[in-house]
Formats: sequence, structure tokens, C-alpha cells
Amino acid sequence: MSEYIRNLSIIAHIDHGKSTLADRLMEHTGAVTEREMREQLLDTMDLERERGITIKAQSVRLTHEYHGHEYQINLIDTPGHVDFSYEVSRSLAACDGAILLVDAAQGAQAQTLANAYLAIEAGLEIVPVINKIDLPSADPAAASAEIAAILGGDPADVLAVSAKTGQGISELLDRIIERIPKPSGDVDAPLRALVFDSYFDTYRGVVCSIRVVDGRIRKGEQVLFMATNDKHAANELAVSTPWILPVDQLRAGDVGLLITGVKHIDQIRVGDTVTLVSNPASEPLEGYDEPRPMVFSGLFPSDGDDFERLREALEKLQLNDASLIWEPETSRALGFGFRVGFLGLLHMEIVRERLEREYNLDLVSTAPSVAYRVTLTDDSVIEIRSPQDLPHLTSVAQLEEPYVRAMILAPSEYIGTIMDLVQSRRGTMHHMQYLTPERVELIYELPLAEVVFDFFDHLKSRTRGYASLDYEPTGYRVSDLVKVDILLAGLPVDAFSTITHRAKAVQYGKGMVETLRELIPRQMFDVPIQAAIGGNIISRETVKARRKDVLAKCYGGDISRKRKLLEKQKEGKKRMKMVGAVEVPQEAFVAALRVDTSDR
Amino acid sequence: MMTSPPPQLRPDSPELADQAGEWRSAYVHIPFCARVCPYCDFAVVEGQENLIDRYVAALLAEVSMADDWDTLDAVFIGGGTPSQVSPALIGSILEALDAKFGLVGGVEVSMEANPEDITAESSRGYRTAGVNRLSMGVQSFDDIVLTALGRQHTGRQALQAIEDAHADFERLSIDLIYGDPTETEASWDRTLDSALAAGTDHISAYSLTVERGTPLSRAVAAGAPAPDDDVQADRWERAAERLSERMIRYEVSNYATADPCKYNLATWAQGEYVAFGLGAHGHRNGTRTRNVRRLDRYMETIEAGQPPIAGETVGSDWDRELERLMLGLRRTAGVVTGVGGRRLLERHPEFVDAGIIEHRDGRIVVVKPLLTDTVIREVLAVPAQE
Repeated sequence: MSEYIRNLSIIAHIDHGKSTLADRLMEHTGAVTEREMREQLLDTMDLERERGITIKAQSVRLTHEYHGHEYQINLIDTPGHVDFSYEVSRSLAACDGAILLVDAAQGAQAQTLANAYLAIEAGLEIVPVINKIDLPSADPAAASAEIAAILGGDPADVLAVSAKTGQGISELLDRIIERIPKPSGDVDAPLRALVFDSYFDTYRGVVCSIRVVDGRIRKGEQVLFMATNDKHAANELAVSTPWILPVDQLRAGDVGLLITGVKHIDQIRVGDTVTLVSNPASEPLEGYDEPRPMVFSGLFPSDGDDFERLREALEKLQLNDASLIWEPETSRALGFGFRVGFLGLLHMEIVRERLEREYNLDLVSTAPSVAYRVTLTDDSVIEIRSPQDLPHLTSVAQLEEPYVRAMILAPSEYIGTIMDLVQSRRGTMHHMQYLTPERVELIYELPLAEVVFDFFDHLKSRTRGYASLDYEPTGYRVSDLVKVDILLAGLPVDAFSTITHRAKAVQYGKGMVETLRELIPRQMFDVPIQAAIGGNIISRETVKARRKDVLAKCYGGDISRKRKLLEKQKEGKKRMKMVGAVEVPQEAFVAALRVDTSDR
Repeated sequence: MMTSPPPQLRPDSPELADQAGEWRSAYVHIPFCARVCPYCDFAVVEGQENLIDRYVAALLAEVSMADDWDTLDAVFIGGGTPSQVSPALIGSILEALDAKFGLVGGVEVSMEANPEDITAESSRGYRTAGVNRLSMGVQSFDDIVLTALGRQHTGRQALQAIEDAHADFERLSIDLIYGDPTETEASWDRTLDSALAAGTDHISAYSLTVERGTPLSRAVAAGAPAPDDDVQADRWERAAERLSERMIRYEVSNYATADPCKYNLATWAQGEYVAFGLGAHGHRNGTRTRNVRRLDRYMETIEAGQPPIAGETVGSDWDRELERLMLGLRRTAGVVTGVGGRRLLERHPEFVDAGIIEHRDGRIVVVKPLLTDTVIREVLAVPAQE
């Protein structure tokens, strides 16, 4: 009976203890014994565990007895990083409430807040909780007051727990039952189930996480995916407890797994509505936002022969990551590769790392770029995702770049330094609000290109790690952009080209040229490095020719050793890319990331 | 059996370079040093002179248990510091080699010596024992540089030792090291002046190299100034210019008036040699062997009647072809092109274009010796099959 079901997510910042809380809830409700408990059970991917973040939404069904009734609590995991806010929106749509979890020592962070606002907009009931009250540095009163100010409630309403020690956990379970509404929906209406996640399982194929909103689905029934109009059989139905437990049916209010035999994740659209072929619903549920890549980077195999392996690896990764998109790209400098779209820099790093680690690929990635909108002189509009694709300026009428609305939450003493930073990144302030006398919320309008690379790092270092950031796209704006080309030994290197604001072009060109001079080893000849806008050289450095490259001695005693040494050095050189006649180390291709244009 | 080369051949002549591959030689390692130099990564021990007798006994046993072989054209006693061992014991080693393999008439017997060990008396002793070519570890005539290099002698002592040795040795070599950060251009010039004025028939000039695992590399890792490549290139060029006034450079770091070091010339021609002593490397029947590098294990193994071999490398025919090029390219005479050289030229025309190598008279010659390894690295990567 859906009367006794509660569907919820935990909204929390990285490190605020979401995984530990999930573990504790599972332990407390007997879903897993301590012996079975792997640490942070919900985060299953190694990378997630290493980075302490959650990427894929997972769900688990818990049971809790309250006032003589057994309740079913479906805990739906949400990712906690700004890159993955689209995943959050999916998860939230499957819930009726959310725990807003805040570290009692650190206070609320921008992302938590952004996700909390998302949840409120989605009509979810919020259960505010402060965690880590066992820490000596915890300030439960201040954290509670802050949350109450943000949510507009009573500080006394904020529940204090320690996921680590288990303090307050049973109160929290009771509070969930009391506060979070039972699922609405009509079990007698035609089936409508929301696909809020999917993953690829080697044995089962694509597994969909669904929330049944109306009606019921039984094992073996023919289902219709309303957006794709594909029909499949519901071969298996299951719930995660977190062990996968087969069930015969799922009813309105239930959260569970649907396995249809679909082999490719492309065929399942997250946000789609599942209904029955025999008794279809007339209207689908409201879908989610499609994930939109914000950052693009070229990925090239170091060894050109690995191109096909890279394609296959990307295809395999996409099985579990529908947000990953790519198209083939050819670079004069780097050969054949792919232009890959990512949700953000973290997403990019994770994908890159998985390709290298899990698929044993040696990759060169180019400096990330955002997508620019180009209006040509014939009034046609194109979107370019790589500086290489920028048409000749004579045919360009107008250039636009994507902007975001950024929310920064920080202690108020840092307002000055944050304003400096944002101004140097071409930002304009929209709004400032004191949440408490000590904490302030700043809203800015910023070009995405100024945010995606190292903005967050700078923000963190300027505020001793206390500031947090979230952003959302707000569309395109006309901008005075130029393309900066980098020439090595007189030849432009496509992979080094960048589009940047005119006011920053010289600084960028100089920084890039200086960085490359440090990274490019000496060669047999002088290597001039130049930055140019159009035909205009704006900066120049030279890597002087190598003068000495010979071992002092090679005698009978060390022939084998010297040989090994030289062979090893040669192996090291294999990681270099030949650009014309110049050997360029792979780090050079991401050198743009190291060029700092925020301080003048 | 080959005879010694006719004296009219220049030290850098291709004929000499190529026929050296037929010579048979022996390498003998003496690991003992009064003080180990901070830049040294050879098999050396410090302050264990009490073990010299036992060590030489083990060496003699190692010689006697070796497989029979051809008569020797050259012997090289290196170290460490061979001059830490008395002339009598050195004599016993040479007798053992003669008894085992035989020594050709006119055999070259080279020995390394430190200036502080060489007196008129010891010089006479080594000569009488059968050594006929002395290689003196001078390194510098500048006392500031000598101190920085951790050497135990002064420039003055080195001059005296050379003078003493000259009475007995017509063939005398001076080892120099350039490019220490304390060395100035003027200091290097003075060292070159002194070395030339000493009138020896051979000079080796090496760049100071930071080898892994040495006290020098630890010092550099901890922030001590490291040798600078460009400065060392300047010094090499200066040495090449000055020493060529009366000598001929026949390898990257080696200069001779008439006779090059035969043992070394043989190794660069991929010649074969037997090797005895701690950490010594041998080359027989296409196999490269290496002895154990721990002193107690070396002696105990031999005392137990076992050969002290720690490992061996048998290269394929192609490995050996590339090795032939790798070694031969260090010589001024270059190397016969061969199949490996032709592959190199096909794959890397840029070396000829950049004027680093020349291909002439069926040989490849590195004409910018300072960039030899730029070429050799690519040599070693040439695949057997295209």
C-alpha cells in the first residue's frame, strides 16, 4: 500500500556525510548487517569511491517500523557535484521528499542550496538535518539557524545527527515517515512509470531504475516507452535492498528496477515514461531536462593505431553514461581523434581517467572549450565546439558565447576577494544576500568559458576553501571574441588554438607561449613559439637548440646498462607528439589550463 | 691470432677502429678506494683495504676457473683504484692471465691509478710487474674543483705523479672531468694547459655526470647546483679545440697522440673480452655477462668454487646489429653502415639534414659528437622488420 511508502533523496555537499548517513540508515533498518556492510555501499564505482563523489544514481529499499506499521523507505541516491546537476533533477523527480543534509561544522554550500531549491521547485518536502555533531568543531546552533533562514523555518525543526556514531538516526527515520508525504498516484489508473536512471549490466543488459507513479506493472507484460515509442517485454522486475531481489510486480509509489532485454543504453531515454501496451496512458509524465554538454575537448590516442580502440572504449563508457557525446575530429597536430562533450571539467577528468585506466589507452587531450555560436555574414548560425572550426573572420558577422548564472556562498569576510576574482573573469553581479550576518550568497552572471577551467580552484584558494559554487546556463550573449593561434617553428598548431575575449588575448597568448617554452624540450634546432591573432604576432619565445646529448662514458663495463638507459629515454620520448618536426610532450596540449588569466 | 696494428695508423682511422673488433682483451676490476668520490657509480668499496689479499686470491681463482680462450692483445685493470693494490699483487694477476690465456708480444697492459698513490718507487714497481700504460685519475689541476669533486690529491701532487710515472711509462693517460658547477671557464683552460704541458700521449676528458644513487645525485636532489648542459657543451668544445693542437680525438671523450687505448677501442668495435673481479662485465661468444656487485658475495662464491656470475644477456642478431652501431657511432671513425645503418638513414633523414651525421665511404659518422645520443636513441628503436 502506497500509504506506507516514502520516496526520498539525500541532498548534501561532498564530504558532508551523505554516504555515511546512507550506510547508517541501511544498517539501522537491517537492510545490511555490519558484516555485509562495505564502506559507503551506495558508491560502487572505484572512481567514485576515490573521489568521494557519487555519479550514478542508485536506489535502495529500506523497511522501518513506525507506530505498529511497516514502512517502505526508498532511498534514491543523488550525485553531489555541480557537473551532475542534471542527474540530480532526474533523481528528485522520482521522490516526494528530501533530506537536506548539512555539515554542522561547515554550514550549507552553494550546491546543496541549489539542489535544495531544485527540490523545493519540484514540490518536495524537505527534512533539514545537520550532521557530524560529534565533531568538536561542530556548531549545531549556527548551522541550524542558517538552514532555517534558507528554508524559512524554525531552527528547532532541524534534526541533529551523527551519521558516524549513529546518534539521531532512529529519530530521523521517524521524521521521514512523519514529514515526507506518501506517494500520490492512482494504482487503478493506466501505468505511468518514470525512468530516472539506467545502467548497463553485462548479464542483464540495460537496467532501468523506475518510479511507478500510476498503475502497476507485472513481470512479463509488454511495455511501451512513450518518448521513443519502443515496445519491450518487462522480462524482469526487481527491487534493490541493496541486494537485487526479483519481484512479480511494482505498483504506484514503488521504486524498482525494470529489465527489458535492451542491449544499448542509447535506446533508453532517461526521463521517459513507461506504460503498458495493453492499456496505455494517454499522457506521459513530465520529463527531465536532457543532459547538455557544456565543455568540449579533443581526445586523441597517443598511438594513432589506437583510434578504433578509443572509439570502442567511448561506446562502452556511453553504455552507462548517456550524457557522453562525441564526434570524430581530425587535427593536423594530433591525427585522428574525437571531439567529446562533457558536463563539466570533473566529468571530463573522470571520463579521461576511466579511458586510460579501464581501457589502457594513452591519450592526449586538448584544452577544453565551450560551444560558441557564430552568425555568418549570410545570416546563417552555426555552433562550434572547437576553435579549429571557427570560420575565417571575414565571413563572421557575430560571435556569441554561453553565459551562466553562478551562485557563490561564502563567509562574508571574503566578499572583496570574490568580487575581484569575478570581475577579472568578466562577471557582473546580479544579487547579494546575507543568509546570516556571517554568510553571504552572491549571484553573478559570467561567461561559461571563464568558469569551467580553474574558476573554482581560484575561488577556493582565495577563500581558504570556504566558498562554494553552483551555476546554471542562461543562454548566449554577443561577445568581442578573437581566436589566438599558437605557432611552433612557424606552423600553426590547431590543437593549441583558443577562442578568448579580446581583452584577454594578449595575456593568454603570452602565458601560453611561456608555458610551452617550459614544457617543450630542447630539440636539434631552435624552436620559435609564437602567439598570433590573425596575422599579428602578439608574443614570441624560443626553445634554444639542444647542445649536449651524449653520455660521457660508454665502456665495456656498462654497455648493457647504457643501452637500457637510452632505450628508456626513448620510451619517454614516445609519449611525445610530433608536430611537424617538433617533439611536443603531451602535457603541452593541456597547457592552456595552466595559463592564468584571472590576475593582472 | 691478430698482430698489433701498424704504428702508422691514426688513432681515429676507420681501419684501426674496425680491426679492433678482432682483438682479444681482459678486464680486471679492483674495487678498493681510500675514499669513494661522490659522483662515482662503479662497483667500489671504501676503507676495506684489509680485504685486498683475500680479494686478489679470489680474482686469481676466478681466472683459473675461466674457460680457455685466445691469447690476449690487451689487458685493462680498472677500478675503483687499482693503485691501492701493491705492484706485487698486480704482477700476480698478470701472471695468472698469462698462464691462463697467454699475452701477445706487445700486449697493452693499462692500469688506472690515483696521483696520490704514484711515486717514483710505485711507478717503477707497476712497470716491472708488467703494466705498460698508466691512466692517471687527475680530473683537474684546480684545487677548488678537486675539492668539489671529493678528490684526495692537489693539482701539484698530480703534476708530480705524472712526472714520476713518465720515467717508467711512455704511454700515460690523464683523466679529466669538466663541468662541475665550481669550475670556471678560466679554470678549465688552465687544466687543459697543464694537461697538455704534461706531455702525455693520451687524455680522456669527461663531463661530470649525475648518476642515480650517488651522493652527488642526492645532493642535487636536495638543491645543490647541478652541472649545466650548455656549460658542459662549451667545455667540451673548448677541450676539443685545445687538445687537438697536439692530439687526435678518436672518441667522444678520448684523445691520443698516436696510440689509442686498445682495450677501449676493442669494446667500441663490439670486440670480445673476459672480465674478472667485482661487478665486472664480460663479452664472450655474443653473450654479455656481469659479475656480482657485493664484495663478500663475490669472494664467498669463488671460495665455494662457483663462478661469480650474477646474470647474462644474450641479444638477438638484430640486437647485436644495433649495439654495433650504438658503440661504433661514439668513435670519430664512425661505423660501417650495414643493414642497421641503412634503416636508420631511411627512417631518420633529419639527422643528415641537420648536419648531425654524415654518410660517406660506406660509414655513418656523427659529426656533432655532442649529439651522439640523439642519434643512438633512434638507432636502438630501429625495428628489425619494416
